[in-house]
Amino acid sequence: MKIVVCVSHVPDTATKIVVGSDNKTIDANGVTYVLNPYDEIAVEEALKTKEAQGGDVVVVSVGPDNNKESIRKALAMGADSGVLLKDDNYRDSVGVAKALAEEIKAQDAQIVFFGKQSVDYDNSIVGQLTAEMLGYNCVSVAVDLKLDGEKITAEREIEGGREVIETSLPAVITCQKGLNEPRYAALKGIMAAKRKTIEEKDAAVSENSVEILEMKKPAPKEPGKIVGTDSSAVPELVRLLKEEAKVI
Amino acid sequence: MAKNILVFIEQRNGQIKKSSFEAVKIAADFANKLSSQAEAICIGNDVEGLDTIGGYGINKVTHYKNTDLANYSNSAYADLLAKHAEETGSDVLIFSNSAMGKDLAPLTAVKINAGIAVDCTNFEFEGENVKALRPVYAGKALINVNVNGDKKIFTIRPNVFKPGEPTGDKAEVNVVEVSDPKLNCKVVELKKSADKLDVAEADIIVSGGRGLKEPDNFKLVEELAAQLGAAVGASRAVVDAGWRPHNEQVGQTGKTVSPTLYVALGISGAIQHLAGMRSSKYIVAINKDKDAPIFQVADYGIAGDVFEVVPALIEELKK
Repeated sequence: MKIVVCVSHVPDTATKIVVGSDNKTIDANGVTYVLNPYDEIAVEEALKTKEAQGGDVVVVSVGPDNNKESIRKALAMGADSGVLLKDDNYRDSVGVAKALAEEIKAQDAQIVFFGKQSVDYDNSIVGQLTAEMLGYNCVSVAVDLKLDGEKITAEREIEGGREVIETSLPAVITCQKGLNEPRYAALKGIMAAKRKTIEEKDAAVSENSVEILEMKKPAPKEPGKIVGTDSSAVPELVRLLKEEAKVI
Repeated sequence: MAKNILVFIEQRNGQIKKSSFEAVKIAADFANKLSSQAEAICIGNDVEGLDTIGGYGINKVTHYKNTDLANYSNSAYADLLAKHAEETGSDVLIFSNSAMGKDLAPLTAVKINAGIAVDCTNFEFEGENVKALRPVYAGKALINVNVNGDKKIFTIRPNVFKPGEPTGDKAEVNVVEVSDPKLNCKVVELKKSADKLDVAEADIIVSGGRGLKEPDNFKLVEELAAQLGAAVGASRAVVDAGWRPHNEQVGQTGKTVSPTLYVALGISGAIQHLAGMRSSKYIVAINKDKDAPIFQVADYGIAGDVFEVVPALIEELKK
């Protein structure tokens, strides 16, 4: 079975965000980029699927040359090969999905894994968009997945619980924390990854429908009140919540 | 020029979700600001009180009905939505950015060839143009976006737009019986997590972090949450340590929340955590390190020992 896992290359979550001089994107100076945390879960699920069913795992990413670092990380975890769809410009979710859908079609993948969201633009829609463009079934925010031949039984996280979903291949699955524990890339894997190929081609780009006009930082919060240092401050805290904030 | 605005009403177990009333109110605002019409669509079997959306400013709702549509099916729902949008000439669609909205809106966007901006927290109208504000990097930054093209979909962050009190007006409900829905992908069962409130929907959240020292001490968090009618949240540190389930995690790789009141117990305030909760209306922090970053976003703080302060707080609230 051909398995594709789509990954993005994003600022580490510990990054302090500074708005860049264009006022539309972040200042990338000094920022460490990593494989998107949810995509690690997607890579793990792709590898587990390969281990259970056989097949090849292809890692696909849309973006600039640096995205190869995250493709390389997925290869070190155990994926077989990579494809970088080169695109040096900001691309909205629909644009990214179009480029991915074209490549997935060419790969003829039966199952495609995504992280449930990239921790940069936080759209959490690229997997669903890609699925619909391909005419594949789609389970987003999956926390459990079972494959039985063509049949898929999955659970997705919703407010206050889970939905149990039945569907079938071909399908796109977007992965949420809890689905699995991503493996570490061992030294052997890191060495092996160096010999694996990353094919590079230009992404099929389209005009963005979502145009960023401006990026800004949220207004800083006014410094709050330290009411006290022990339980003697509790009555005053409760009074403030009742009378000043009026929230309890 | 927007011709028609269509808002999706979400139901589970035949009950309309609270966040859908927020979406209805926004759709009515859009219609008002863009001098156009707005209507609603709901998909499900029996749905209670659909006419009540009239109280939030929309007087027409189409209810697509079938026993197999009682549970969510993204394939069937997106199919009906896209067809309905086409039939009604709708060019702006509004969803709540709920678990269902996040799944359904992008599928619909592809079907009707719309641009899509998700998780919006504010809108500005300039003539016929709508500028949407949305948080990125878990709220560490905000972007203003335009959606270009003939058709647009916006999803709105739950709990941000208050729908206000309903007027009592009733909407006209048109029921359409659906034959043969596309059930390629279908929910066969709903598993509720043991009557627990979800952080994503709660008005008050009490969260605990590593300052609680061990998993058993989370009973302090649970007791205070019970006293306040709040949901229990957790920092990434304690989720990664296996003390608490993933679905309670607040922060950049957990849930981004904006409740009315957020109470942080023994949480120092890593940048990822602050990003996920800083847009809460009021923040209370109890932590023994007075220099902890959590106090930079807290409205009220007690720089003291959680094991001494929290039991006293529970007692005070019982009075």
